[in-house]
Amino acid sequence: MSRNALDTAQRRATTSTLLEVRDLRTHFRTPRGIVRAVDGVSFTLERGKSLGVVGESGSGKTVLSRSIMGLLPRRTTLRSGTVLFEGNDISSADPKLMRQFWGTEMSMIFQDPMTSLNPVVRVGRQITESLTKRLGMPKDQALATAERLLADVRIPEPQRRLREFPYQLSGGMRQRVSIAIALACGPTLLFADEPTTALDVTVQAQILDLLDEQRSDRNMSMILVTHDLGVVAGRTDEIAVMYAGKLVEKAPTKVLFSKMKMPYTEALLRSIPRIEDHSHTRLQVIAGRPPALIDPPPGCRFAPRCPYAQERCTVEEPPLVEADTPGHFYACWYPVGSAEWQARQGATAGTGA
Amino acid sequence: MAGTGTAHLHGESEALLRVENLTVQFPVGRTGLKVHAVSGISFDVLPGETLGLVGESGCGKSTTGKAVIQLPPPTSGSIVFQGQDLTQLRGEKVRQLRTNVQMIFQDPISSLNPRRRVRDIVAEPLHVWGIGSKQERARKVEEVLETVGIDPSTADRRPHQFSGGQCQRISIARALVLEPKMLICDEPVSALDVSVQAQVLNLLEDLKAKYGLTMVFIAHDLAVVKNVSDRVCVMYLGKVCEVAPSDDLYAQPAHPYTSRLLDSIPVPDPEVKPDPANRIQGELPSPMAPPSGCRFRTRCPIAQERCASEEPQLRHVGQGHYVACHFPLVGAPA
Repeated sequence: MSRNALDTAQRRATTSTLLEVRDLRTHFRTPRGIVRAVDGVSFTLERGKSLGVVGESGSGKTVLSRSIMGLLPRRTTLRSGTVLFEGNDISSADPKLMRQFWGTEMSMIFQDPMTSLNPVVRVGRQITESLTKRLGMPKDQALATAERLLADVRIPEPQRRLREFPYQLSGGMRQRVSIAIALACGPTLLFADEPTTALDVTVQAQILDLLDEQRSDRNMSMILVTHDLGVVAGRTDEIAVMYAGKLVEKAPTKVLFSKMKMPYTEALLRSIPRIEDHSHTRLQVIAGRPPALIDPPPGCRFAPRCPYAQERCTVEEPPLVEADTPGHFYACWYPVGSAEWQARQGATAGTGA
Repeated sequence: MAGTGTAHLHGESEALLRVENLTVQFPVGRTGLKVHAVSGISFDVLPGETLGLVGESGCGKSTTGKAVIQLPPPTSGSIVFQGQDLTQLRGEKVRQLRTNVQMIFQDPISSLNPRRRVRDIVAEPLHVWGIGSKQERARKVEEVLETVGIDPSTADRRPHQFSGGQCQRISIARALVLEPKMLICDEPVSALDVSVQAQVLNLLEDLKAKYGLTMVFIAHDLAVVKNVSDRVCVMYLGKVCEVAPSDDLYAQPAHPYTSRLLDSIPVPDPEVKPDPANRIQGELPSPMAPPSGCRFRTRCPIAQERCASEEPQLRHVGQGHYVACHFPLVGAPA
């Protein structure tokens, strides 16, 4: 039932693409209608690289990562498209088969460590569970591994901590334990879904440093899902921006920040208060709010909030196209810097927010 | 940090709010132990000023904000608002105080009653105080809703029909309807998305100008605090570390804690590489048994023996800039 180890090793050596997602759609049946949480997302992720997925709440970033991992309830979820992991199509795999991937190939760290850890099970057992069940490790060896993992994630006195319960740990410590659990079986792909949103800024920095370090030590790929462009800026190879269930821009991190094409990305970056600005600097706002995903607007989904939108934007949906810089994709008819955009910007300058 | 002292306070008659040696302690069950949430902090707010209170969770910033409106009354210390010591007030007097000092909370959805219409939520304070006739109240509610950017024609809806950002606007409308002199904002934007956060921050700035409000702005996000504040007070484990005009604080932090806190902020610029060497190590000590001397010394990279034995006092290091540290990064050692 487990895949041939030699096979895997060969595949690892020959392919550099770890994950390929093609036209992934994930819709939910709800009493009010079908929610198009992820609506046709395609991207690839190279081995050992990190991808930041950025978007506001409701943009589908969390659903995207859970959909790839196959963690969504099957009864109410409508899923289509292809997910290739190391060349294997796992988009229609049943949970039994997926269990071979969870933990050993891909694992996930969730936002709130208090709810993702079991409150009545000692830390040690929560870590050794996957080691004994998935890797078939004897108990004492698993415990020793767990202790080493806790040391890896910089938890002081790991031996004592193994016998503690989650409530005895601080928020930052709990998130370190979650990371240890996720890393236990040596996954090749780690999803981190808002791993630091519930933490203080000082602890956030520590946890992000730790994830960086573990990723390069273990040559893992990572998908870092966050609403904060600041979190992904210095720490990812590539960034994908999502809006209302669509991938609207994807580029190598530096390219995205220096040559952003999508007006939404630009607006998102400008709405962040910056520490180097003087106090009382007027923030640029994005008027309105994201559309309902039950009945999204036709054409570009950002058009109703976009200051540069023209008639075409509200009728025809822009495809994801490649920019001059290779690897830079965007979905916009009148991207930042284009002639139409410039004309429009001149027209709106007088009335701007 | 761990500073006490009142060197940074303005003259008594200048400030609208003057808090001195504020202490708030909470008993821990029946153990006889106490959580030292706030341990002798002092600050003041001038009329029309926005003071930012910033620090990690557990530093006592929210407790401080709540203590000002006597929720609950502090263990000791004085809170003088418009020349009146609020800690001496009882019963009806406390109620009257709250018309002048209003508060906005972090989670806009749970701070609004889900079963009531927005119109009634916003009118409630007017109703409680018996202000105006029914028509006048209705007019006032519509006017306030308009001001905060909620379409008055939607006022018959209930909170769940609004987004988080809109709910926060409704909370602001409710706080403003009595025309208070002071607004205490406790993490008003931390539950909101960045794009909505910018809208609410701009709104607060507009309202401050329009109504001449004085604000205490409590948040953990240093960039947000800088954006709205005239002066910033950095707190750590129930004490004040540093007080300074916001631009100065960020340009020249004097306290090692402030400096490290600033270094922890993720910068939305890929050219700025995060530097793990500049991190605050470890975690916040227990507020049940805070360290002796300077409370930051257990995590401070430059702590010395003196920091354990002697608590630093707030002292002047620049124009309006005060720090509680024996070995500050700006100015001469104490």
